[in-house]
Amino acid sequence: MVEFTLPANSKITKGKTHKAPDGATNIRRFKIYRFDPDSGETPRLDTFEVDMDSCGPMVLDALLKMKNEMDPTLTFRRSCREGVCGSCSFNIDGTNTLACTKAIDEIKGDVKIYPLPHMAVVKDLVPDLSVPYAQYASIEPWIKTDSPLPQGERLQSPEDRAKLDGLWECILCFCCQTSCPSYWWNGDRYLGPAVLLQSYRFIADSRDEATGERLDDLDDPFRLFRCHTIMNCTSTCPKGLNPGEAIAGIKMGLGKRRS
Amino acid sequence: MTSRERPLSPHLQIYKWQITMALSILHRMTGVALVVGALLLSYWLTSAAYGPEAFNLAHGLFGTILGRLVLLGLTFSLFYHLGNGVRHLFWDVGMGFEMPNLRASGIAVVVFAVVFTLLTWSAAYIVRGG
Repeated sequence: MVEFTLPANSKITKGKTHKAPDGATNIRRFKIYRFDPDSGETPRLDTFEVDMDSCGPMVLDALLKMKNEMDPTLTFRRSCREGVCGSCSFNIDGTNTLACTKAIDEIKGDVKIYPLPHMAVVKDLVPDLSVPYAQYASIEPWIKTDSPLPQGERLQSPEDRAKLDGLWECILCFCCQTSCPSYWWNGDRYLGPAVLLQSYRFIADSRDEATGERLDDLDDPFRLFRCHTIMNCTSTCPKGLNPGEAIAGIKMGLGKRRS
Repeated sequence: MTSRERPLSPHLQIYKWQITMALSILHRMTGVALVVGALLLSYWLTSAAYGPEAFNLAHGLFGTILGRLVLLGLTFSLFYHLGNGVRHLFWDVGMGFEMPNLRASGIAVVVFAVVFTLLTWSAAYIVRGG
């Protein structure tokens, strides 16, 4: 349900400041959301003063530097450092994006980093993603067929293959999912932009033979139709994809079937 | 592992306002305003059926500064909701989803609503005077 304020255990308090080493002249301040599940304390906002003369250009470079040199307990997910694994997604400077592809230079003032919005926090910048993963599993993200197996591959024309462009590139970072106010308020029942884009990826695939069942499954006031075309999803996608348009594709598919 | 409940990460508190979400919530708010406006309109019409006294009272209420401000807000609500409704119709047929188009159509709808609100009120004041 819609709840604009944070519950009592989620209120953010003022945290510690980690000073830059003496002699550092080119300093940027990073404000990082911290939560330690073992401390019994509510979340806090720590300040890290980072010496930019010895730091890489991306927000992830700064996070790694903070963890390596200033506070080894700083906890976050990261892996590929080149925008293909979808691990280091955070709310950076007010919108959701990947720390590895976001340049520090693009941000004015202090760099604020929070976990993906409106999620249960496991520790620091690590949200519990079990709900969106379960939602992803529920749309059965694989090609389903009834027809007998052909001798070779299931073939697809270049035109049909082109319909998957803008869909297959999704890395499931859940930036869009957690940028959506509708998902904030109804995330337990609404599938959200990332999962719906993934569903459309199979609906749009000429090799998939379960389009009807997939549409049946989505034809629901909550699972699909909590999308009100707010479009924060498309606005925030670090891969430049268009989940809002994919959802419109599903809605039009349902419309065509009815008429 | 942890027995206590996990905290909820901040959302509205920290999310930078986007034109996308601002115009979306404005659509919802103007929609609610128009429901109230429909009630006010029916009050005005009903008052006419009740007779001159009731009608003059209603007229007087709408004529006060506060009444006029409410009507001004309703005029804007009508034009914004209309314009953004058309924007939704385009989306419903799969058009206008690219980010530059989203921004442009959003700004266009706001400009349309403001201009037509001002035009309507200018026309009303010119025709009626005061």
